[in-house]
Amino acid sequence: MMDSLLDMAAFYAALCFMVGMMLALVRLFLGPSAQDRVLAFDTMYINGMLTLLMLGIRSHSGVYFDMALLIALFGFVSSIALAKFLLRGEVIEP
Amino acid sequence: MNGLDVPAWAALPAAVLLVTGGTLALVGAIGLLRLPDFFARMHPPAMGNTLGAGSVLIASMLVSSGMLGRPVIHEILISVFIVMSAPITAMLLIRAAVARRRKREGEGGQPG
Repeated sequence: MMDSLLDMAAFYAALCFMVGMMLALVRLFLGPSAQDRVLAFDTMYINGMLTLLMLGIRSHSGVYFDMALLIALFGFVSSIALAKFLLRGEVIEP
Repeated sequence: MNGLDVPAWAALPAAVLLVTGGTLALVGAIGLLRLPDFFARMHPPAMGNTLGAGSVLIASMLVSSGMLGRPVIHEILISVFIVMSAPITAMLLIRAAVARRRKREGEGGQPG
């Protein structure tokens, strides 16, 4: 009973994250300026990380946590690099 | 792991938190698509990135703690990274947007 409730909640969350990633993808293709695309990319990686956490909850497994941690780390680094490039024209300044 | 059962005290709040996090992420993405201006579009994804991610992380903590029978809190690492990274990204993006708009409008344009 409790497992089926948790499964239904996880299915709803997966649906929400999937639709959210698709809307962010539309903004990524449509965005008038480069900042919009970086923001849409930011939203997309956060939603992908939440999808991995949801899969970990649903399958009672611990292996998805490491992938979510890696996505959080590399997504942070890449969006910082993109924003720095938009701000200055260079990522690492001499 | 090996078909261990999730107890009810962990499954009920985890289900509620998962639904909350999914709804917040969806509303944030809809706002990202629909709002008219970049400075307005900055706001809605932050809702899903902070409260939505926090809800899903707490749900994951509850489920793994209830399944293993001991406190499992390593999801705190992800929330620490998100809490550190979200304001820095937002501030750099806003500064980039302001600088690019000022450059596009020329030096005589409206500042800010």
